[in-house]
Amino acid sequence: MSVLVEKADLSLKYIAHYNKVKELLVKGSPDILNAQRKKAFQDFVMQGIPTNKNEKYKYTNLHPYFLPDFSFIHQREAQKTDPNAIFHCDVPQLDSYVKTTTNGWFNESKTEGDLPEGVILESLEKMMKEQPGLVEKYYAKIAKSNTDAMVALNTAFAKDGYFLYVPKNVVCEQPIQLINFLEAPENSFVTQRNLVILEQGADVKLILCDHTLNLNRYLCNSVTEIFVGENANLDYYTLQNQHNRTTNINSVFVQQERDSVVTSHTSSFHGGLIRNNMEFVLNGENAEANVFGMAFLDKKQHVDNFTQIIHKKPNGQSNQVYKNVLDDEATGAFSGLIHVVRDAQNTNAFQQNNNLLLSDTATMQTKPQLIIDADDVKCSHGATVGQIDEEALFYLRARGINEDKARLMMMNAFMHEVVRKISVEALRDRIDELVERRLNGEVAKCHECAYQCEV
Amino acid sequence: MERKVEMEEQNKLLNDVTQADYKYGFVTDIETDIIEKGLNEDIIRLISKKKGEPEFMLNFRLAAFKKWEKMEMPDWAYLKIPPIDLQSISYYAAPKKQPKYESLDEVDPELLDTFNKLGIPVEEQKHLAGVAVDVVMDSVSVKTTFKETLAEKGIIFCSFSEAVKEHPELVKKYLGKAVPVSDNYFAALNSAVFSDGSFCYIPKGVRCPMELSTYFRINAANTGQFERTLIVADDDSYVSYLEGCTAPMRDENQLHAAVVEIITMDRAEVKYSTVQNWYPGNKEGVGGIYNFVTKRGVCRGVSSKISWTQVETGSAITWKYPSCILLGDNSVGEFNSVALTNNFQQADTGSKMIHIGKNTKSTIISKGISAGRSDNSYRGLVKVMPGAKNSRNFSQCDSLLLNDTCGAHTFPYIDVRNKSSIVEHEATTSKIGEDQIFYCNQRGIDTETAIGMIVNGYAKEVLNKLPMEFAVEAQKLLQLSLEGSVG
Repeated sequence: MSVLVEKADLSLKYIAHYNKVKELLVKGSPDILNAQRKKAFQDFVMQGIPTNKNEKYKYTNLHPYFLPDFSFIHQREAQKTDPNAIFHCDVPQLDSYVKTTTNGWFNESKTEGDLPEGVILESLEKMMKEQPGLVEKYYAKIAKSNTDAMVALNTAFAKDGYFLYVPKNVVCEQPIQLINFLEAPENSFVTQRNLVILEQGADVKLILCDHTLNLNRYLCNSVTEIFVGENANLDYYTLQNQHNRTTNINSVFVQQERDSVVTSHTSSFHGGLIRNNMEFVLNGENAEANVFGMAFLDKKQHVDNFTQIIHKKPNGQSNQVYKNVLDDEATGAFSGLIHVVRDAQNTNAFQQNNNLLLSDTATMQTKPQLIIDADDVKCSHGATVGQIDEEALFYLRARGINEDKARLMMMNAFMHEVVRKISVEALRDRIDELVERRLNGEVAKCHECAYQCEV
Repeated sequence: MERKVEMEEQNKLLNDVTQADYKYGFVTDIETDIIEKGLNEDIIRLISKKKGEPEFMLNFRLAAFKKWEKMEMPDWAYLKIPPIDLQSISYYAAPKKQPKYESLDEVDPELLDTFNKLGIPVEEQKHLAGVAVDVVMDSVSVKTTFKETLAEKGIIFCSFSEAVKEHPELVKKYLGKAVPVSDNYFAALNSAVFSDGSFCYIPKGVRCPMELSTYFRINAANTGQFERTLIVADDDSYVSYLEGCTAPMRDENQLHAAVVEIITMDRAEVKYSTVQNWYPGNKEGVGGIYNFVTKRGVCRGVSSKISWTQVETGSAITWKYPSCILLGDNSVGEFNSVALTNNFQQADTGSKMIHIGKNTKSTIISKGISAGRSDNSYRGLVKVMPGAKNSRNFSQCDSLLLNDTCGAHTFPYIDVRNKSSIVEHEATTSKIGEDQIFYCNQRGIDTETAIGMIVNGYAKEVLNKLPMEFAVEAQKLLQLSLEGSVG
């Protein structure tokens, strides 16, 4: 009973906050954003904060993470510190076009190099004001607030984020890198809303890095909508490296048209609670979605990878490979769904989830699912939870490799299957190195972080 | 020459099965004692009184009813269940002539006729079949065969009502221990209103010399069948148990909500096989049985083993998850299933394996076949608790789709909480290979027969686990249920 009351109370807290800042939210915001707020907030009130009673959030109860008193950042603030002063990029060898966001707000900054003609990488807020025609027909079209409370909350509070537009047949040779910082003077609730549009035949590689720059508690709720036109190609890499008091809820919605290829790759190195919500709709024939992910969890970390791939048209292909290594009291979860809609014939869908448990107190929960309504398909999934193969370990030890080293080699090999899917060479080499250092226990803190937190 | 005869026989068999409709759809004209429709505390007291039960049974029922009143019908399954009006069902229907039968001559000839139609080896002449049968018709156990033979070994195999009267201490000790009254909506309903069922106790060190079998039949209209089976295998014992079921063809849906509980002690083994062939409704999806069953076994003792084998071809809607709780160290759980859905049938079935003891092992093999406009889902849970060191699970769930209007779905849940256990799950979904059918066609086998053969081959892994007679029946059933599924 008390839990129930508390739950209602907690929602009330956010309802009260919304009502209080309603005008502030609307003020100075583009109409496109404001038009959705009220409806989205009602959807949130209807659904409440997701708990594990909700099948979608079965393995992640968000209720406790909403308990702290967060402050909200509803207006753009002047940047106090230059992130570059304390932050060094994780991927030094990478030659990329870099932009940053702070607490969900896109930073106007000078960047070396140029984007190809017509490519726009800008603040979403700014673009909505300057070119509403371009944004309007895409915004809030695939991220539906009535099916996910976190999307609803994001849509209600959305103010800014990044906007990427790649015009027809434009190929960006140089990867685009976006670094998302969390840095606020107190515990903060951060909302970021992003939009990516690839026109027909466009080709781009996007690298996203999530970082925290101080030790405050954060709840970061970001929603990204990605539209991939016919024959377009998108590589979408995410590196999550935030301290352990951060809650990161990252929802990505992708809609693919005919002959398009999207490869998404998520590496979760650090973070208190990470929820990656990847929803792909293959809306045209012969589309291909590759969704990969890996996570390293220790202490009391929790990572929940939730994927949904909906094959709506024939001849589609999808691949999912997710791997986790769990230590200490970490809890990991994977829920993956392949849904082949009636008439989406000749679909090939594949899903794999492998997990290594290194301690008796770690927990792994996995739920790979298939919903198949067409008959001429090849769909399969596999999931394993186990530990390092003792025989293989023995083989290595018999050849004079000491146990720790052998274990490390095995774990590295285990993860490498996911790492090698990265097509940007500099990034792949760097992640390989990060994986090794992470597994070695060398990087118990977030990599290269100026703060030596032990939480 | 011999081969030719064999072929002819096979063809005959195929003709038999492919041209027949649901052949168990007859109604037996037997006077039945039905109480008024509805569900309330008085009805439960009435059922208990009619059965002359001791007080502890009445209390068990009332406790279950109290819990049930607070529960809601589950909606998580991938099923479309039309609203069921539980107040319009009669909860007790028994063949009226109910004295004890000493020999078959005393049995109502109509009833015997029913058994003959069902092909149950209930008559003495079927002695050689070596199967002891307990027949449950409209929730009341009508006949248990071979009781004396079994009694010599100390095996108790009788109807549930009899067990309540003659062995109350055993019933009291084990009833509701595997499936608690509040376990789920349908189990609670069953606990409150169950009318009869089978009880089986195998004493220490006894290996049951014959296969035990229960045959369930719904006969009367507007009744639900709520039977309960309790099997207790004491230390070092073994029993193989079979369950079969049929129902008349009716246009309205009927509810079957059974509970099966199995408890195994140290080193005991129970093998439970089901061929479920309730009336599946007609080709337009009208009528049929709603089969909402809770089956659970607890491996209480060390090195004990419970194995579930099921062939599910009937019922309009199946909601069934035979489970094993592997409590004793080194205990083993097995689940082998073939589920076939055709026309408008829906099935959401699978298994739960809960590993609690050390070195426990479980295997899940599930083969789903969907045809017509049906939906066939596998749903399973494998949970390894922190104390279940060195546990092992392997699950394989394959689905076969026969046309483009049906669906096959897989919902496995895996939860592992220690580092020394290994859990593996794999699933595939595909249609029958055109090359396979072509190969058969080329050799003069028509497509419908070819599909039957391929499906049987696909299900072989599970069918092989069934006792002999059941395997034959199951094979026929698969053929029969597939009839007309080739477009």
